Amino acid sequence: MTSRLPTMLRDAAFTVLVAAALGIFVVGFRTLDVGSRTGLSFDYEFVDLGVALIVIFFGRLGLSLAASGLRWPAIALGGVMIALGASPLRLPSGFLHWFVVLGGVLLVIRATWPWANRVLASAARTATGRLLDRIGNQWLGWLLLGLAIILPFTPLADQKTMDLSVLILTYVMLGWGLNIVVGLAGLLDLGYVAFYAVGAYSYALLSTQQGLGFWAVLPLAGALAASFGILLGFPVLRLRGDYLAIVTLGFGEIIRLVILNWFDLTNGPAGIGSIPGPTLFGAVFAETAPAGKQTVSELLGIPFNGIHRLIFLYYIILLLALITNLFTQRMRRLPVGRAWEALREDETACKALGINPTNTKLTAFAVGAMFAGFAGSFFAAKQRFISPESFTFIESAIILAIVVLGGMGSQIGVVLAAVLLIGLPEWFRELGNYRMLAFGLAMVLIMVFRPRGLIAHREPSVRLHPVASGGSG
Amino acid sequence: MAYFSQQLINAITLGAIYGLIAIGYTMVYGIIGMINFAHGEVFMIGAFISLIGFMICSLLGIGSAPVAIVLVLLLAMAFSAVYGWAIERAAYRPLRGSFRLAPLISAIGVSIALQNYVQLVQGARPKPGGQIVSGGFSLFSADGFDVRMSWLQIIIVVVTVVLMAGFTWLIASTPLGRQQRACEQDMKMAALLGVDVDRTISFTFVLGAALAAVAGMLFLMYYGVIDFFIGFLAGIKAFTAAVLGGIGSLPGAMLGGLMIGLIEVFWAAYFSSEYKDVAAFAILVLVLIFRPTGLLGKPEIEKV
Repeated sequence: MTSRLPTMLRDAAFTVLVAAALGIFVVGFRTLDVGSRTGLSFDYEFVDLGVALIVIFFGRLGLSLAASGLRWPAIALGGVMIALGASPLRLPSGFLHWFVVLGGVLLVIRATWPWANRVLASAARTATGRLLDRIGNQWLGWLLLGLAIILPFTPLADQKTMDLSVLILTYVMLGWGLNIVVGLAGLLDLGYVAFYAVGAYSYALLSTQQGLGFWAVLPLAGALAASFGILLGFPVLRLRGDYLAIVTLGFGEIIRLVILNWFDLTNGPAGIGSIPGPTLFGAVFAETAPAGKQTVSELLGIPFNGIHRLIFLYYIILLLALITNLFTQRMRRLPVGRAWEALREDETACKALGINPTNTKLTAFAVGAMFAGFAGSFFAAKQRFISPESFTFIESAIILAIVVLGGMGSQIGVVLAAVLLIGLPEWFRELGNYRMLAFGLAMVLIMVFRPRGLIAHREPSVRLHPVASGGSG
Repeated sequence: MAYFSQQLINAITLGAIYGLIAIGYTMVYGIIGMINFAHGEVFMIGAFISLIGFMICSLLGIGSAPVAIVLVLLLAMAFSAVYGWAIERAAYRPLRGSFRLAPLISAIGVSIALQNYVQLVQGARPKPGGQIVSGGFSLFSADGFDVRMSWLQIIIVVVTVVLMAGFTWLIASTPLGRQQRACEQDMKMAALLGVDVDRTISFTFVLGAALAAVAGMLFLMYYGVIDFFIGFLAGIKAFTAAVLGGIGSLPGAMLGGLMIGLIEVFWAAYFSSEYKDVAAFAILVLVLIFRPTGLLGKPEIEKV
């Protein structure tokens, strides 16, 4: 045991050296916008850097300890870090407190991980465990659905919760849409947000300029987005995985740049405002109706309340998302859905069996684009204002992260991931700028530690020989 | 004619910068077959280290521009190389042997994280770099238009050419370069013959990052302003350059960089500057559709 300590210390020292090299300029010298010859001056942050390096040293040491099975020293080290970070000790900046605490928490998690895994695994083997597992597999989806349906009637449903739920459901729908492309057909699409933008702008333009209603435009927007999908997909779907990714990224940027610069049509960076919201049998959600229209409160004979609009939006997006899910589930049982999955597993074998890869990929691409189009027009109707800023690459990356974190191809996984990636950060708004930093790091960590996602589901929808019922599935 | 020559000079300058970044993409793709999405971010960090380096130089009273440039160049190369090494070690190496898209997704994560890291520690506002080298001379005048070439443009082209020459020598005739080429051809076989594959891949990332840092410094000197977001667009364009030239081919990367520089500058000069990025992306799409192997690339044989 003790003989390994020098190696660990050396390793930790090396890590600190690398971290120091990484941080010395970018972190150590903070450029400020006032002052000297170049118009910039420095703010020196060496104390912060030093504290961070000490934390990194002990963190790395703790990780090595945990990795070689010395659980208790690692937990103790983590505990000390948490205590120090949370103590009233005055560190140079508030962020450092968080940094120390977070390091400690991660260390404790890492140290207890194998043990927790063992306990969970043995718990899953007991009779109750197996029962819960089966219930989980079969009923979790229905349970979530039930909760989602009754949510607006629970006392939880205030403005903030409903807003957040609508947002999460939008991402669930986008995630399910992209799941068809990425999870089922195995095509990495980094420009998915382009179709979202097409849907949003279709509704915004058709409603503000042609006076069409939400329900009339919805299918149109889906069709438009799908045709864009075919148009863009047709030439590029012959490409290999990562080339395809970059080309779709290029397309996403092209569409955004065109929206940004085509001033006459899209009003450029200023965006389109006062987009009408969706109506319920022609009745609008407003306190007073415009001429010739009826408000919903008049139609239903209930007093006006601003939250009704939100609840209505909530049910629309819930319905749209469920349609996406149902459609996907059905498609997976059709020949084309099976061809998607086959193509994901082995393209060459598919070609040999007479599947036309281009057409098959194209349907996946178009169907995915269609759902993004639906979600886009919903987004425009909800926000009532859209601008190119809502459709940057980072949106595509977030949707992709939801699909990947969920476990590509898993529908429930997408829901969990959307709640995790959209819900948590919205809840912790105070994190501010650190949100996206954590988001990027999380993407890396998931790939490193759980590349198959939260719920790994790469099982084919059909099997020639059913597995024995005891199998884990 | 004069206008054309002037644009040509500008295009070659820009193309040199893209070419330097493109080499990093092409080498990494050549050796492990992944698109290093975070490479643009290394370029951005190189630009930031250069900015800070120039400021330190002026604080220390190093007045002579050539000395400052050489110092900052070495500094940016060395410290960006650490970034390249660390990214590979932390985010890509554990994923070797995972499913095909895993490293790409991890790279996107690294890219997002680095952008926000720099935004947090250095602020979101554009940073003016000041003018390190100024002046130039007039080449010739025609049609009442003065064709000028600045010292800066000469420095950029000279630095690029010298580095390219050194780099080509490194790959072609040093043991390290030989190992690098061996791994590119057949990693398993190279490992069997005693090449340290992990070290060679790290070496590739270090080299790519150092060249990207040079591009970052030149970018800072040329445009005079940087922010945390410059890596995204420059990265995509440089990747386009690598694809255009034939991914995996070093002269191809340089050629592709020049072509992207030409397309961008001439599009902006003769058509519209708003759509110059669209033009670059459109080229990427067209090349991939009609000539997926690029101008100098070898066709890829898919083995089952």
